[in-house]
Amino acid sequence: MPWTKVYTEKTDLKDTLAGEGLRALSYRDALKEAQTQLLRSDESVFLLGEGVDDTGGIFGSTLGLWKEFGKDRVMDLPIAENGMTGVAIGAAMAGMKPIFVHMRMDFLPMCMDQLINHAAKWNYMTGGKVNVPLVVRSIIGRGWGSAAQHSQALHGLFMHIPGLKIAMPSTPYDAKGLLMEAVNDGNPVMFIEHRWVYDYIGYVPEEPYTVPFGKGIIRRPGKDVTVVALSVMVYEAIKAAKTLEAEGIDIEVIDPRTLNPFDDALVIESVKKTGRLVIADVACKTGGVGAEIACRVAESAHEYLKAPVRRVNFPDTPTPCSPVLEEAYYPDAGSIVKAVKELIR
Amino acid sequence: MKTNILDLEGVAKQASPEVLLSLMRTMVLVRRFEEKIIEVYPMQDMKTPVHLYIGEEAIASGVCAHLKKDDYIFTTHRSHGHCLAKGTGPEMLYAEFYGRSTGCSKGKGGSMHPADPENGILGTTAIVGGGIPLAVGTALASKMKKDGKISVTFFGDGASEEGTFHESLNFASMKQLPVVFICENNSYATTSPISQRQPHDNIAIRAEGYGIPGIAVDGNDVLEVYKAAGEAVQRARDGQGPTLIECKTYRWKGHVGPDCDHEKGCRPIEDLNKWMERCPVEMFKNFLIKNRFISETEYANMLGEIDRELDRSIKAARQCALPDKEELLKDVFHEKK
Ligand SMILES: Cc1ncc(C[n+]2csc(CCOP(=O)(O)OP(=O)(O)O)c2C)c(N)n1
Ligand SMILES: [Mg+2]
Repeated sequence: MPWTKVYTEKTDLKDTLAGEGLRALSYRDALKEAQTQLLRSDESVFLLGEGVDDTGGIFGSTLGLWKEFGKDRVMDLPIAENGMTGVAIGAAMAGMKPIFVHMRMDFLPMCMDQLINHAAKWNYMTGGKVNVPLVVRSIIGRGWGSAAQHSQALHGLFMHIPGLKIAMPSTPYDAKGLLMEAVNDGNPVMFIEHRWVYDYIGYVPEEPYTVPFGKGIIRRPGKDVTVVALSVMVYEAIKAAKTLEAEGIDIEVIDPRTLNPFDDALVIESVKKTGRLVIADVACKTGGVGAEIACRVAESAHEYLKAPVRRVNFPDTPTPCSPVLEEAYYPDAGSIVKAVKELIR
Repeated sequence: MKTNILDLEGVAKQASPEVLLSLMRTMVLVRRFEEKIIEVYPMQDMKTPVHLYIGEEAIASGVCAHLKKDDYIFTTHRSHGHCLAKGTGPEMLYAEFYGRSTGCSKGKGGSMHPADPENGILGTTAIVGGGIPLAVGTALASKMKKDGKISVTFFGDGASEEGTFHESLNFASMKQLPVVFICENNSYATTSPISQRQPHDNIAIRAEGYGIPGIAVDGNDVLEVYKAAGEAVQRARDGQGPTLIECKTYRWKGHVGPDCDHEKGCRPIEDLNKWMERCPVEMFKNFLIKNRFISETEYANMLGEIDRELDRSIKAARQCALPDKEELLKDVFHEKK
């Protein structure tokens, strides 16, 4: 189906898709289209963030939106992330639907108090009387020596917090559909993007649509090994699948799309079939999402496992700068191939 | 300490006799509400940490007297007085403190997290300084929606040390938001005196750097609070932006719990004695009686009526049902209708 398909080439797909009568859009433009449609159709939606109205427009994803919607609804901010998160939360409680945008996920630790102590707990603490419909977009960076403070992925931290939803779209289709779902979910949603998929092209319908939370998707069916891949690792897993196919190994690639809620059933069903599990993440290993997924499988399907679980992660170090070290730091399709083969031996 | 407290001439200009009596009523309600807590607390079945407001009642009373039912307020861990003054019923507060399902937060919040959206209380945070930006956020929403509401945030001297205080003043001033910042400067954050935490104890002057009016008032003089708050609220309603009001006051009880921390050597007893002579409730009562706004008998009747209502409330709250165990897992997320 066109909306589940992952195209591993970054660009030059427009003609291919057009040939099939499908509309092609980049991940960046899919995000922008979602926001445009939300801003047009719902007066309570507004964007805020450092640089949302500038000439870069958050890597193009908000570029020029202020011209149509004005700077009150596409609002630049002082560099005061925690306080401004509180402001967004207050506005959300009072009936607005703010989308707070951070160019880098690394700036979210500044907002931890407001996100964890306030947004995440508000519905519970008020006995369900007051909810916080806040979306926090943040982008995982990578490469060009961005180093330790501009390349972090912290979804594992947020997955630990009850009360936060987490979406990690990998395709342009999901970027739009999950964002449109997030804004109307009524809860704080951590919407985590990856800088490296911004240029990827895929099928994106023009009309508004939503992708439900908690429904993962099988990007490639297979019978030998289940590979749960997050964010940009979905593309690496598809590439790995091609390599492995040539060697007669058939992997099933699952993209959970949201981490909270998490589609346990989809992963567990798959593992029951394959008996083997690899989790490919875009973050450090210890205490991360991979550990959680592995444990859930161990808790409810351990008798089906024919081999140990493998995690493909960054090493447990901060991100380095030097190209040589950077190269060694990031896992890729080859790392997934290696992990899979360790289980098949 | 200043001498011209409760000045009659000034009063007549700003407050009608009805307003004066209603201020008195609120202050007595807040005081007696907490004195009932002190009475029942040793029974150990009100299982929530209580941060008592006794000695500071004039501030909540004087400020909230200017607010409409749907204006927003954000309070703190020391929440009782603000909620009562804003209109929250004592029974739903007591029920909350007793962990009952009829409590204002269904027993999930306790004394530090009351929520009463019908009276403009969208929930309460006990993270010091955490509520200040939330009020700026509701004010931003009001400005965007043009709904005419204003927001008020109460917070302590300790909270004025948090980044959120400064971030909030900066943003609220730049956007000219309809918000009033009320700093209750009781000179202490738990047992730590302000002299160990700030280079001076003039919190109001912080406003200048952010380009908004900042004034310091005697927080034990309800009329002075009422006057300053009235001007700030008017400015907010008129679209003239935020104001910071620092109310100098003193907490009589320990930081948390019904006891007096002076006995443990936390604060000098002389300070307490000095401030108790300036009891906000007594001072205002004497003023009203001296100027014949109320007689001793009328005051006694009012007190009796409030007491009966509070006794009824606390008894009723204690008899309310406890939550079902299934409640534990509910409300983590808002469910779409
Ligand atoms: C961020 C944070 N730090 C520390 C605490 C612990 N704490 C609770 S109340 C308090 C003192 C607050 O002082 P102040 O703001 O002056 O309010 P007061 O209690 O005097 O009314 C502290 C330190 C907390 N709740 N939140
Ligand atoms: Mg204090």
